[in-house]
Amino acid sequence: MSAPPLTLIGRLNPLAWLRGARRYGIGSSRLLVIGIVIVSIAILTAIFGPLLAPYDPVAVSLRDRLVPPSPEHLLGTDQLGRDIFSRILHAGRVTISIALVAMVVSAGIGISVGIVSGYFGGRVDMITQRIVDIQLAFPTILLAITVVAVLGSSVPILIAVFVFAGWARYVRVIRAQTLVVRETQYVEAARAMGATRRHILLRYVAPNLLTEIIALMNLEVARIVLLESGLSYLGLGVQPPLPTWGNMLSDGRLYLTSAWWFVTFPGLAIMAVVLGMNLLAEGLRAFYDPRERRFAEATVSSSQG
Amino acid sequence: MIGYALRRLVYGVIALFGVSVITFLTVFAAGDPTLLILPPGSHSPEEIAIARAALGLDRPLPVQYFEFITRALQGDFGRSLRFSIPSMQLVMERLPNTVLLATSAVVLASVIGIPLGVLSALRKGSKLDDLVVTISSLGLAAPSFWIGTMLIIIFAVHFRWFPPSGTGSWQHLVLPMVTLAAAPIPVLVRFTRAGMIDVLSREYITTAHAKGLHPRTVLYRHALRNTLIPVITILGLEMGALLGGAVVTENVFGWPGIGQLVVSSVTGRDLPVVVTVVMVGSAIFIVANLIVDLLYVYINPTIRVR
Repeated sequence: MSAPPLTLIGRLNPLAWLRGARRYGIGSSRLLVIGIVIVSIAILTAIFGPLLAPYDPVAVSLRDRLVPPSPEHLLGTDQLGRDIFSRILHAGRVTISIALVAMVVSAGIGISVGIVSGYFGGRVDMITQRIVDIQLAFPTILLAITVVAVLGSSVPILIAVFVFAGWARYVRVIRAQTLVVRETQYVEAARAMGATRRHILLRYVAPNLLTEIIALMNLEVARIVLLESGLSYLGLGVQPPLPTWGNMLSDGRLYLTSAWWFVTFPGLAIMAVVLGMNLLAEGLRAFYDPRERRFAEATVSSSQG
Repeated sequence: MIGYALRRLVYGVIALFGVSVITFLTVFAAGDPTLLILPPGSHSPEEIAIARAALGLDRPLPVQYFEFITRALQGDFGRSLRFSIPSMQLVMERLPNTVLLATSAVVLASVIGIPLGVLSALRKGSKLDDLVVTISSLGLAAPSFWIGTMLIIIFAVHFRWFPPSGTGSWQHLVLPMVTLAAAPIPVLVRFTRAGMIDVLSREYITTAHAKGLHPRTVLYRHALRNTLIPVITILGLEMGALLGGAVVTENVFGWPGIGQLVVSSVTGRDLPVVVTVVMVGSAIFIVANLIVDLLYVYINPTIRVR
């Protein structure tokens, strides 16, 4: 059995993942495939969803208030007669864009700080770690509440809060992984053969971090989606008329007894996206962790034998 | 051991200091600090001038911060604009409700999550294991306000077993407790399961079995104890999520804790109360993590020697 592709392109190429998945035929890559499918659907929906929406998401039609799911309104309508399916598609674009932008910016900051901190070590590292500690000690929801109480709520402010609260997580993971990789025997061997620090960082440390970073990025998008939905549900996040899954659910609170579809479907949308991101992250980690792979193969062979 | 404890304590103090600086800068440098005294709305220039003087806003920021932190350490965060009583008093009245909700949720989560994880690990690969792992993946992805809403529809509206909101009897506690526990349960299941699988493959377990010990003794005395060490750390890390969960859950069920107080204070523009809840909440979070850190050292002898 040949080794999975270890080149950078191989690692970033979804086709290679799927090939590998077939080759190993294991549970962890099944998770990975399900995750990739859900995340792809979510991202395609965020891009093209509004084109597919059968109705205008903010068009009020008081004659069609609180209509249960039917062929005309697949997922029913809300208290103002707006089509819930169309609103979920539009809301997905808002929620997913916020999460992606916040994730990309905080990953950029976190990865650079993490590499610099790990590279220089010593005092720079010491100070960075204390700042990271402080960041991680401030519960994100309380930070968000403070900022919203003082500055009000808008999409740019929310993104800024998520970035401010998120970058430290990347630093922590990158630094921890760098320390592990630095102590491995193959890095030691490379050093003994006279490899430069830059060569070791690019050739051995970075590729080893890549899986972990991509996995973390997925988990962070999932976390931000949940956080933004929670804040919007509380009325502290994205403000109407812009729909998000969280503020749709918040609107539906008053109609729990009469319109179950109103609160049920936006929640299912959140759950699907978060589940997809989590599965992708988990599958990715398991797939590129040789220990897990051996473990999984052993499971398969024992169950077949 | 003592050195380690002292170092963690110092880190905790530094973290709390950092949180207070961030909060201070958000309110005093980025926002309009006169809102700490004046309710929002239009005020005459005289009123604003009096408020500014009372807050000492003409002085340099470090001096203002020193004033802020000195008062904060004495529990003085100003008066609530809505209720005209010291905001700390308001928070202290609501805090026991939050503590009750959070502790019962942690207990429920441990009682359900840890045994399920152990069971799942012991029957790895079985239908039961698949079911537990699948449900915990779904539970991890579901937002708590949605779980709470679904519980209300099913158990309060449809079956009428429990009241949908409010406080006063043990029945009122059930749905919020289950909602808040729903997030940590999958985390506990996963970590217990993974830890247990790892421990069960160790040689000392084989040795214990070979010695002829009763399987139950091996499970409880050898496997479970070693599994629980990392699980305790996870409980500590989950405190932050629990705090966020409490804010949301209290608002779903109208549970009168500090989470409900802080959200109504943001919408009611009661800035002193917001600042108080944020500082008290962060302090509780930091102290809880410190306790978990120390507990971890205490139960894990391999760290204790360092």
